[in-house]
Amino acid sequence: MSAVLEVSGLEVFYGASQILFGIDLKIEQGQTMALLGRNGAGKSTTMKAIAGVVAPRAGRIAFGGKQMAGMKPYAVARLGLAYVPEDRQVFPEHTVRDNLLIAAKKGPQGQDEWTVSRIWQVLPLLERLRDRPAGRLSGGEQQALVIGRALMGNPTMLLLDEPSEGLAPIVVSSIGDLLRALRAQGATVLIAEQNMHFCLGVASDAVVIDKGKIVYRDNIAGLRENAEVRSQYLAM
Amino acid sequence: MDLDALGRCVSTASCLVTQTTSGLIAGLLLFLVAAGLTLIFGVLKVVNFAHGTFYMLGGYIAFTTLQVTESYTLAVLAGGAAMAVFGIFFERALIARVYGQDVLMQLLVCYAVVLIFDDLVKMVWGADFLAMGMPPAFQVPPLFIAGGIVPPFYAVLIGIALVIAIALAASLSGTRAGKTVLAAAQNPTMVSALGVNTDRLFAVVFAIGAALAGLGGALAAPVRSLTPGMGFSVLIDSFIVTVIGGMGSIAGALLASVGVGLIRGFGTIGFPTFTDGLIYVAMIIVLLLRPTGLFGREVV
Repeated sequence: MSAVLEVSGLEVFYGASQILFGIDLKIEQGQTMALLGRNGAGKSTTMKAIAGVVAPRAGRIAFGGKQMAGMKPYAVARLGLAYVPEDRQVFPEHTVRDNLLIAAKKGPQGQDEWTVSRIWQVLPLLERLRDRPAGRLSGGEQQALVIGRALMGNPTMLLLDEPSEGLAPIVVSSIGDLLRALRAQGATVLIAEQNMHFCLGVASDAVVIDKGKIVYRDNIAGLRENAEVRSQYLAM
Repeated sequence: MDLDALGRCVSTASCLVTQTTSGLIAGLLLFLVAAGLTLIFGVLKVVNFAHGTFYMLGGYIAFTTLQVTESYTLAVLAGGAAMAVFGIFFERALIARVYGQDVLMQLLVCYAVVLIFDDLVKMVWGADFLAMGMPPAFQVPPLFIAGGIVPPFYAVLIGIALVIAIALAASLSGTRAGKTVLAAAQNPTMVSALGVNTDRLFAVVFAIGAALAGLGGALAAPVRSLTPGMGFSVLIDSFIVTVIGGMGSIAGALLASVGVGLIRGFGTIGFPTFTDGLIYVAMIIVLLLRPTGLFGREVV
């Protein structure tokens, strides 16, 4: 299998302070990769750099063999990478339906299987809220909306930054169901998370990031067995 | 102050009609310019100090187009279209370099453009006042409504301005492109991350804002005289309207423009030496009661 997304030597600075110290990541077709780490370890910055929201100082990001480090977010999105930010960032005054419609586009190879009606099928709670301004949804409803919004772009890969953050357990489990369903359909996903238990249930592989470096990589079963890594890098 | 005269005017149908019409004209022309300013600010977060220059150039281009083609319709379209094209170049070549920077940098860039084009206009059209005159089609006797004098051109101006106001509001809130623009006004990074080319979107929004100013200048040309530097007072009025209406609000700009126009229309009768002062008083009252303007939102 060839890597869909390949990150190497990624370095990001915010002003004078360095956040990422040479991140290497390789995600293959159909993998759901968990990027785990404590608060401040560099998870969100890694996601933002891949999505083009922050510009890396050094390193390479190849998606489908195409170099994209330094591209603008819309160019990254048009290559088929859909980014769901940590703080969700719904358009609060637009309705649920308009949030989805703004994001509608064909995939990089002209894919158009995701439509508003298909989103209603996989996320039925959204259909009931279709005319409500997104700013008036609960956190869980907003999270479902932004995942749906990302799918509306018919991406070939999803970047989900902390999809379980701040959500009630029942909502987390329904988002987990959705991600497992996407995985069963062959979706390629990178999830940044602090919530290891959530990732154990949805991911196929895991990498652990600490202080801006990848310190561990294995499949998800390996992480489940490795109490030492879990306590050293992921203990709450 | 002449409150007696104001009272007599308000209680006479003919004076009421005449002053309301001239106030509406002034207000709606101002709206076209201010709507562009507030649109550009709302979406791009750029305070376009060169906006009056678009208004001026729109007027001069319409003047020359009318002389050459003898068609006022073409003249107005040329004024608007030329400013749309000019706006794209201005945004891409200059403004795009100062996004997110200190507002003083934006001021400096825009002010340079104002000075350069004021002088260019002097070189091309001369430093004297130019009068376009009423387009031939409108050189007809005025209408009399309830005894008040309403030139047909005024009625047409009011109609055109209202159509543009409605079209602008409807396309922003009713079309996917408009909704995307409103979303980009709040969160351009997220809109970009969804695959929307925000560079192009910003350039288009700037072009629309510039075209509105150009249209305003072209439509105003028959009722006002053209002079280099004429953009300045319109710019000040547009800022007042934008502040009263709320930065970024089209509805606010419409309400505030008509309000300012009517204050002018009736202020010249009741307070002939303090008409401009009245407008600042109105602005101060609005800002005391609603610091973000009539339809403004908190700036985050």
